[in-house]
Amino acid sequence: MRIIGLAGRRLAASIPTLFLILIGVFLLLQLAPGDTVDALMAQMGGGDAATARELRKFYGLDLSIPAQLANYLWHLVRLDLGFSSIYGKPVATVIMERLPPTILLMTASLSFAFFFGLVFGVIASRAVNKWPDTLISTLGLVFYATPSFWFGLMAIVVFSIYLQWLPAGGFEDIGEVRTGIFRVIDIARHLILPTLTLGLIFLAIYLRIMRASMLEVLNLDYVRTARAKGLDETRVVMGHVLRNALLPMVTLIGLQAGTMLGGSVVVESVFSLPGLGRLAYESVIQRDLNTLLGIVFVSALLVVVVNFVVDLLYARLDPRISAEG
Amino acid sequence: MSEQPILSLEGLSVRLPRGADRTHALNGVSLSIASNEILCVVGESGSGKSMMANAIMRLVPGEVAIEAGRMMFDGRDLCTTDPAAMREVRGAGIAMIFQEPMTALNPLRTVGDQIAEMFRIHTDLSKAEIGERVLSLLEDVRIPSPKTAAKAYPHELSGGQRQRAMIAMALALDPKLLIADEPTTALDVTTQAQILKLIRDLQQRKKTAVLFITHDFGVVAEIADRVVVMQHGKIVEQGTADDVLNRPTHSYTKQLIAAVPPLTAPPPRPLSSDNILTITNVAKTYRTGGFLDRGARVTAAVKDASLTLPRGATLGIVGESGSGKSTLARCIVRLIDPDNGAILLDGKDWVKLKRAEIRRETRHIQMVFQDPSASLNPRRKAAELVAQGPIVHGTPRATAMTEARELFALVGLDPSAGDRFPHEFSGGQRQRIGLARALALKPDVLIADEPVSALDVSVQAQVLKLLGELRERLGLSIVFITHDLRVAAQVCDLVAVMKDGEIVEHGLVADVFSRPQHPYTQALLASVPGGAFAREHQTAV
Repeated sequence: MRIIGLAGRRLAASIPTLFLILIGVFLLLQLAPGDTVDALMAQMGGGDAATARELRKFYGLDLSIPAQLANYLWHLVRLDLGFSSIYGKPVATVIMERLPPTILLMTASLSFAFFFGLVFGVIASRAVNKWPDTLISTLGLVFYATPSFWFGLMAIVVFSIYLQWLPAGGFEDIGEVRTGIFRVIDIARHLILPTLTLGLIFLAIYLRIMRASMLEVLNLDYVRTARAKGLDETRVVMGHVLRNALLPMVTLIGLQAGTMLGGSVVVESVFSLPGLGRLAYESVIQRDLNTLLGIVFVSALLVVVVNFVVDLLYARLDPRISAEG
Repeated sequence: MSEQPILSLEGLSVRLPRGADRTHALNGVSLSIASNEILCVVGESGSGKSMMANAIMRLVPGEVAIEAGRMMFDGRDLCTTDPAAMREVRGAGIAMIFQEPMTALNPLRTVGDQIAEMFRIHTDLSKAEIGERVLSLLEDVRIPSPKTAAKAYPHELSGGQRQRAMIAMALALDPKLLIADEPTTALDVTTQAQILKLIRDLQQRKKTAVLFITHDFGVVAEIADRVVVMQHGKIVEQGTADDVLNRPTHSYTKQLIAAVPPLTAPPPRPLSSDNILTITNVAKTYRTGGFLDRGARVTAAVKDASLTLPRGATLGIVGESGSGKSTLARCIVRLIDPDNGAILLDGKDWVKLKRAEIRRETRHIQMVFQDPSASLNPRRKAAELVAQGPIVHGTPRATAMTEARELFALVGLDPSAGDRFPHEFSGGQRQRIGLARALALKPDVLIADEPVSALDVSVQAQVLKLLGELRERLGLSIVFITHDLRVAAQVCDLVAVMKDGEIVEHGLVADVFSRPQHPYTQALLASVPGGAFAREHQTAV
């Protein structure tokens, strides 16, 4: 129970950070030329200065920057993310529409990267400096060094265009209305390529960490104790090495949740997925400050939540944590 | 003890991979252990004694190969046993306990679970039966409240308790042979005495053969029936404990035994009446964890310590781990800020000095650290490390480097060795560099924190001798921190015994060691391994 208190305290400590991030993003965007109204006018095909002034007054953009910021933060405290002038809907609604694909993509990629990173890492460490290790490590390096957009594009070329096995983009087939299990399968089919694309880089990282961590743990004294007890190699690895070697991997998940959100911008663009990453990109182009800040807020929240879960998981895995407080 | 041997090694040779400092870790080793006897294997680091233990268990790293010889155990040659059968032997036939109880248990699994694993892999007992056996084992090794201990994780137990748990685990299946690889080296002296007694008791009750590996002749005197002395992978002498300890024949054995510091103090030297360092009521309290003072753990590391160091004398601070002796040392050099009290060095109160002043004054008081390999920057050359202090304090680089080379000669190193990196030196040589580094600033007071604990006995004797010579020649005053009473008896004029942050007794070494007043001092002295042996034999130092 102590650990929940501990994690809760960390959660509380992240609130000031969240506000600092928001203020930073707000001020940064003020430095960019043009605002929402410029983007709107451009969409409408131009207009006169009077209309622009009217619009600015309507959206509260004629106020001074500190006043705008204060206004925004005051709304935020009441959990109101504001109104998106571009989409004509509350920001919360816009984000909620776009959140599920991103979360699905992230969870899928993370699970994929974690699971296969673990498996390949274990295999590589068990055959260190032999051919399976060399093969896995080389592949890992290739995955790590290749930009994900290129991977995405190549995957589309091979699997969608040439082989025609999988759809090239989108979240689901918009040609037909499906329900129940058919819809799930359809979405899953659409997500295979994006998941692979986003996951491969992380797979490479996890694989290397797992390999190194396994090698380190295999040299520790208690592994020797385990062997001296007469355990066979499988039981040594399963019973004494794996869980200890997993600890750095779990830490890494927390650290990389943010990176993964960033990576999803590229992947969502390549596979035209209607997710949070693409929404962020569009909002920047359209100077949709409210939406952008909303996305920053939600992403930060997502990262905080992931780290909270990782903390709990870590404490569950390592009994020393709760004791050291 | 003329029983059938349990294990006999016949001409065992173990080859090291190419590039090692010698070709063979073990070279034609032959020995045998009968049931119900304790055979001590003694040797300094690198003598191949641990490699022998691992070879018997066939747990040598892949690149190390058993080249020749036989290891007969229970009617079969372990050298040719296939891996599956070897796993049957490990744990059930031959069990092992290791040096570091801290790291030899899996930190993520409970102690009970790890002991139970022995039964799970070697027997078909039911879960309930295993549970009972685990509890009775923990009772056998006399762990306080076995039920709680079984559910505890290793970090929740003390070092001694962890080693008891390790012993319980090793003895779970009543092995014929127990290999103990330096099982008490990492423990405090009182705990060590208890663990040695426990091993002795269990061995006698269960008639187990014990192969006990150690570097400490005190431990040998305490526990051994027979002794094997090893040097560079070869057995140089073996015989009964009495013969080897009292009538050693090989020169190496004689040298090792001579290097063991006796517990009796040399005749006292006249002490100056002028105190160079006076510590009054120094206290340091650590606070860890806690949020807004809730749930904070407060540890009083040093409570109200008062000591004086006469000019040119050596003050020993002895105590077990956690007694606060290192914290006190760090307070004296202001690596840590004491909470209150006064530290007068040559009339100046160190507690009241500001950070910048400390940095200027620090050349009057220097520290030598325990681990000579960890306290030297591995990426700098030895001479640079020594010259660094004077350069920081304003000596021109060229002068400092020349002086550094002179210091090398002073501490008994080749002056041209200054161009080498720390890893190119042996442990004893590294500690000499550490001394040279501390002496480079020409300090008045030297604080030596366990300077010889990480060294082999023969090297230890050399470093202690050097320290004594330097004290004479440079007029140094030394605060010498150690957990080893035998070392303290040799080098110190005065001694202070610390327990739980308090100085329980202090005075002249000869007085404190021959007529200890405080029960804790008495307990400490009684726990010194091979006490009688240590008191009787004369040192060659």
